[in-house]
Amino acid sequence: MNVELNSAEWKDQIFDVFQDHDIKQVFHVPDAGHSRLIELCQKSNSIRTLALTTEEEGIPLAAGAWLGGQRSVLLMQSSGVGNTINLMGMPKTLRFPFLTLITMRGDYGEFNSWQYPMGQATPKVLEAMGVLVYSVDRPEEVKATVDAAARSAFNGGQSVAVLLRQKLLGIKNFGKK
Amino acid sequence: MSKATLQRRPLVKKILEGADDNLLVIAGLGSANWDVTEAGDRPLNMPLWGSMGAPVPMGLGLALAQPKKRVLVITGDGDMLMSLSSLATAAAQQPDNLAIIVLDNEKFGETGNQATATAPRNNGPTDSGAGTDLAMIAKGCGIADSATVREAGEVAQLVKDVRTGKGPVFRLVKVMVEKLEFVMPPQDGAHLKDRFRQALLGHA
Repeated sequence: MNVELNSAEWKDQIFDVFQDHDIKQVFHVPDAGHSRLIELCQKSNSIRTLALTTEEEGIPLAAGAWLGGQRSVLLMQSSGVGNTINLMGMPKTLRFPFLTLITMRGDYGEFNSWQYPMGQATPKVLEAMGVLVYSVDRPEEVKATVDAAARSAFNGGQSVAVLLRQKLLGIKNFGKK
Repeated sequence: MSKATLQRRPLVKKILEGADDNLLVIAGLGSANWDVTEAGDRPLNMPLWGSMGAPVPMGLGLALAQPKKRVLVITGDGDMLMSLSSLATAAAQQPDNLAIIVLDNEKFGETGNQATATAPRNNGPTDSGAGTDLAMIAKGCGIADSATVREAGEVAQLVKDVRTGKGPVFRLVKVMVEKLEFVMPPQDGAHLKDRFRQALLGHA
C-alpha cells in the first residue's frame, strides 16, 4: 500500500468525523502532523479555524464556544500539552465537553532527545487532570477512534484526548538514517 | 502620571446598565468577578473563580459562536498580563461583537495588593512595576480601537464604545486601589455554565 496516500486518507477521514459531529471551531498551532487536516478546516465554509499563540488558549476558547452553543476541537503536539495543564481543569470544573487531537513526539523512534520528557509524560499528565486518553497507531483505526472520542466528549460530556502515535505519523528524522 | 480617580464598582455598574439578553459577560477572577456581581448577578454573566488568563480566549470563542450578541470581557491587569498573547489571537479573528475592558489598579488585589507590571518604575522598593501599557500592547497585537480611560468625563463615551462600538474594542481603565466588600456569585462552575446556556440557548 502507498504510505503517502494512506496518510492522506486518514487525515481526510478525521475531517469527515469533524463534519459528522458538527464541529464549528478548530483551534491549532502550526504542526506538520496536523497540517493537511488544518488546511481542510481552513478551506471549509462550516468551520472557523483559529491559530493560537499558545496551546493553553484552546481550553478557554472551547469553553467560550460551548457557552455559545458550538462544538470545537483543539489540535496540538505532545510538546504543547504541558502548556495546557493548568487550564485543563476548566472542563472538569465547568463540566463541558472537550476534545483534543494530539500528534505525538518523543514517542516511537524519535531522534530528538528534547522531545522525550513531554512526549513520555503526555498520557500521564492528561490522566492526572481527568482527561480520557485514547491512543491510535494504525491508519485503519483513526476514523473509528476519533469518532468514539467525539461521542465520549459531546454525547458523554467528557474531556477526551486522542494520541496520534508516532508509529502512525512516521518517524521524523530530518534526513538522518 | 496623576493618581487614578475612577472607582471600579460604579464604573462597572454603568457599563452593565440596562443589560439585556443581547449582552453576554465574562468576568475575570477576583475583583472583576465581584465588581460584575455587585452590578447584578444574572445568568448571562460567566464570572470566573479561577482560570487566570482565560477570559479573553473565552470571550473570543463565545463571540465567534454568537456573532449577533455583544460579548464583554471584564477583567483586571493581573489577569490580562497572564495572557497578553491572546490579544493577538483575538485580533487575528477581528470579532466585531467583542469588547475587552481591563480595570487596571496596578495591583494584584487578591493576594495583598502587590504591584503588577503596569505600576510605574521607580515607585519604591515594594510598589515598582515596569510601566507596562496594556492599551499599547493591545494596539500592537492588532486591535486598532484600543485606548486608555482615566477621567470621569470619559466614562459615558467608554460605555458607548464597549456596548456598541465596532469590535474588537479594547479599553484600559485606570482605577483606584480600594478595599471593597466581596460580592460573590454562585461558585459552582457547572451551574454557572448551565444557567448561562439555558438563558442563551434554551437548554443546558
